[in-house]
Amino acid sequence: MINNSLAGGHAGRSTGRFWHDPAVRSLLIQASAFLIIAATAYYLVSNLVINLNARNIPIGLNFLSERAGFDIGDTAIAYTANDTYGRALIVGVLNTLKVSLIAIALATVIGVIVGIARLSQNFLVKNITRIYVEYMRNVPLLLQLFFWYALLTKALPGARDALNPAAGVFLSNRGLFLPTLETNTDFYYLMAGLFVGLAAAVFWAVRTKGIQKNSGRQLPVLLPVLGLLGIGGLLGWLLGPQNIVVDMPALKGFNFKGGIEITTEFLCLLLGLVTYTSAFIAENVRSGILSVNKGQHEAASSLGLSPARSQRLIILPQALRVIIPPTTSQYMNVIKNSSLGVAIGYPDLVSVAGTSLNQTGQAVECISLIMLVYLFTSLSTSLFMNWYNARVALAER
Amino acid sequence: MAIINSQPLPSRPAPVNNSGLIFWLRSNFFSSPLNTVLTAVCLYGLWQVLPGLVDWFFLSATWAIYGPEGNASEITNQTVAACKEAGGACWSLISVKHRFMLFGFYPQDEQWRPMVTCFLLVGMMMASGIRRFWHPVFLLVWLATLVVSFVLMAGGLFGLTEVPTSKWGGLPLTLGMAVLSVAFSLPFGILLALGRRSEMNFIRTLCICYIELIRAVPLISILFMASFLLPLFMPEDLTINKLLRAQIGIILFASAYMAEVIRGGLQAIPKGQYEAADAMGLTYWQATRKIILPQALKISIPPIVSTIIGTFKDSSLVVIIGLFDVLNTVRIAFSADPPWTPFYMESYFVGAAVFFIFCFGMSHYSQWLEKQLDTGHKA
Amino acid sequence: MKSWKLLAASALGVALMAGNASASTLDTIKERGKLLCGSNGKTAGFSAPDANGKMAGFDVDFCRAISAAVFNDPDKVEYVPLTSKQRLTALQSGEIDVLSRTTTMTMSRDAGMGLSFAATTIYDGQGFMVAKKLGVTSAKELDGAAVCTRTGTNTELNMADFFNKNKMDYKPVVFEDRSEERAAFFSGRCDVMTADLTGLAGVRANAPGNPDDYAILPEVISKEPLSIAVRSDDAEWFSLVRWVTYALINAEEMGITAANVEKMKMSQDPAIQRLLGVNGNLGEKIGLSNDWAVRAIGAVGNYSEIFERNIGTNSPLKIERGINALWSDGGILYAAPVR
Repeated sequence: MINNSLAGGHAGRSTGRFWHDPAVRSLLIQASAFLIIAATAYYLVSNLVINLNARNIPIGLNFLSERAGFDIGDTAIAYTANDTYGRALIVGVLNTLKVSLIAIALATVIGVIVGIARLSQNFLVKNITRIYVEYMRNVPLLLQLFFWYALLTKALPGARDALNPAAGVFLSNRGLFLPTLETNTDFYYLMAGLFVGLAAAVFWAVRTKGIQKNSGRQLPVLLPVLGLLGIGGLLGWLLGPQNIVVDMPALKGFNFKGGIEITTEFLCLLLGLVTYTSAFIAENVRSGILSVNKGQHEAASSLGLSPARSQRLIILPQALRVIIPPTTSQYMNVIKNSSLGVAIGYPDLVSVAGTSLNQTGQAVECISLIMLVYLFTSLSTSLFMNWYNARVALAER
Repeated sequence: MAIINSQPLPSRPAPVNNSGLIFWLRSNFFSSPLNTVLTAVCLYGLWQVLPGLVDWFFLSATWAIYGPEGNASEITNQTVAACKEAGGACWSLISVKHRFMLFGFYPQDEQWRPMVTCFLLVGMMMASGIRRFWHPVFLLVWLATLVVSFVLMAGGLFGLTEVPTSKWGGLPLTLGMAVLSVAFSLPFGILLALGRRSEMNFIRTLCICYIELIRAVPLISILFMASFLLPLFMPEDLTINKLLRAQIGIILFASAYMAEVIRGGLQAIPKGQYEAADAMGLTYWQATRKIILPQALKISIPPIVSTIIGTFKDSSLVVIIGLFDVLNTVRIAFSADPPWTPFYMESYFVGAAVFFIFCFGMSHYSQWLEKQLDTGHKA
Repeated sequence: MKSWKLLAASALGVALMAGNASASTLDTIKERGKLLCGSNGKTAGFSAPDANGKMAGFDVDFCRAISAAVFNDPDKVEYVPLTSKQRLTALQSGEIDVLSRTTTMTMSRDAGMGLSFAATTIYDGQGFMVAKKLGVTSAKELDGAAVCTRTGTNTELNMADFFNKNKMDYKPVVFEDRSEERAAFFSGRCDVMTADLTGLAGVRANAPGNPDDYAILPEVISKEPLSIAVRSDDAEWFSLVRWVTYALINAEEMGITAANVEKMKMSQDPAIQRLLGVNGNLGEKIGLSNDWAVRAIGAVGNYSEIFERNIGTNSPLKIERGINALWSDGGILYAAPVR
């Protein structure tokens, strides 16, 4: 690939000395590389074993089944101090995934809008988004997180004077509290109804696409889908005991109780990740759109497509092929960057593992676990995005 | 049947003026209904935000220091009181704390040393941008700069007082880490990229594993590793300085990204170049050095610069393992001194400005350079 | 391309390494010419730079005393600032010689980690601080509160135990460093801050606005004997650190101060004579000369002087001696005799 004379196939050119034979030389180089690596690894590991023995630190993952003893402020699954380190770490992983996935979704939406706006003919839109993108891209995320955290905790009122923009919605420096539905029997009926509605809506969407492919006839999609969802929900409610209870957050003692709690730390990390990443995605979108041949714009216009339609049907699908690969790495960056939440008190994987490390002394195990989890999520993200990329690329002739 | 038009066609209207202010306004602000709406929305938004911002930033801002000279606590009290009364930004914070923000805990009397170091490093960074200097001798100048900077910072020679690395901080730390990271990660990245494209299976697998592993995990976990694990992997009588450990972590991290960027450049080189080099009878290293790398690096310059910018920004993560880079010093400047705690915006603005100036400068330089280097050949 | 530069820079790197193999900790320190003392570096009263940028504080003074005993110069110390998460590893790995950083002695740390606690410098305990305007007078009233604390400490565990035992609900908000934690508490993000009483006193002393707006609640939910730690591989060094600390406590008992230590050498009290090395050769047993205690006391004063100067009622921290008074004054401070 790089240089055939080194890597093989030309043994016949040998001038006599055995190391002039490329195949032999290649083998020698690799063998010595292997030896060096193996020796270094042996050296490091033997040091580790000596050090750990000297410090009486047991090696192994047994600590995962021991009682953790510490609480976590933001948990997606039930967790108390009586649960194990293993469960605590799972809570950490879920927190990492929770903030990352929501940030990815929001950053994509904002990034696409900003990226298109960057190419707007409107002077103001073009330049305001440009300032936004330049600022976000050139200032470290950690600094932005510190700033947002200071702003959110200092500028928002305390729990007793919380902002109350709508009934049951409270915003204070404790976080955002939203009303939710109590999980009673009726709640499950409602969910089941919505699910049936969703299935019907998906069926309709697939069906209309098929009809359009075969006959060119375009049937409405948006309204029927919303309608089906609504009907499903309504049916579920009618069939059930009709006893929906809204769980309203209310100030009790120090803090709000009830409803959904979104902590300040989560909001802050989400805000930081979304604004930061959206700027990078915007640049990907912009360069993707610019990469589409001008003739495509012109052809779309001459077919009489409106600018919005030509953007949606002609330009973006082609631009996607350029946009997806760099955006994949942005998605992975979001997951990795979410680890900075540790600096502002968000209990993500790194934070929980750090606490476990400190309490058990199992530094090697805890840091390896952190790395393994990230390795796994990064690899699966990239697998998924490669699959999606391949699907998009297939649309090409 | 012939259609004969006996009447002359009506004259078409004169073309719309396509120059001048009116045209510019129309095409930039009101070219379509949507655009007009957007303009209105933007103007309304700016109207809501800008006056307050300008007022905070300039009109109601306080710049001066108040209080008797030499009396630190009295100066703080009076200045903070003045800031609170004016109600705007308290830029006096910078006047009072700029030394700490720039140099951290470096001994007061010796702060000319980190200052000279900063000038040296920034000067060299700017000089590196001038193509006339792109010459092997320039690398020697860089080396000399690094040695001089190190001696200046550390002391212990030429009658300079020794200053332990635990007292280094602020801008020289950020700049120094960035420069060293680039100096090591670039060559290391090149080797990794070559290794990844090597035909030797073991070498290739090794490089792929390294690159993919490092790129999959967050920098903070690498820094934790450098901070907690590295000492465990070393023999007991060998300890490595905390600053150096962080530096090693950042270099290991940046190298993997550099390698991928350079691999992109290597892949872009047409196969004919490799074959031509082979046909000339060049050895692998000759071909790599004289034919392949110069072209590959040229193609990779923009992404290399983005990687450098990324490394520069990422170096701020050392805050989490307790080193005092610029981000940490601006943070401590307001947070560790109670009277100043309300002025976090001003402090973070300083930090953001420092990073912005360097990153923005580098990214625009790379765009300019890209045009300069464009020889018209599309690889 | 820049490979030679790589070489040169790695030479720089080697210059940064402080690696040298030798037998005893004391010899290493003497050879190096300075003591490496693990400290916090950011906690006023315990270890923080003073107005001149020089490290000062309660924790720092014990390192200064050791340095004075070893080098006859209290300033031959390099203070390595450590986060609470890093401190034990730093000591284990030999990055520092002695850890004087408000570290609690516990069995798991003392027995399982290759560390030994040489001497307790202050008997502390975990408490709670609230804003007075909340009207809370007892930690038992904290049901539902948001609690700020820091990672890498026992406090998370103690807090969990306390709230669970009292069947109270709470929301922990855990930070990586104290400056974010402090900012979050004072901005009202949390109702309560929990830490060692000494730490809370320090935070309260630096409250934005009036320190009297904040109250430390009466409940003390843990025992925190804050102690100086060394590696357990060198018994001689362990003894040195332990007895320098005990010497300072004994000095208070005997009325020896920094000002009168030279004069006290004339004392006829055999206990004082032994401590100050006028009689006997106790100093040699810890690898020093016999006037080791004179140097240590002369440099930093006795325990009471150290306490009052840095954290006592006249300092910004305003901590009472309380249980940290001498045993003879009704406290529990009790140093083994020098004989």
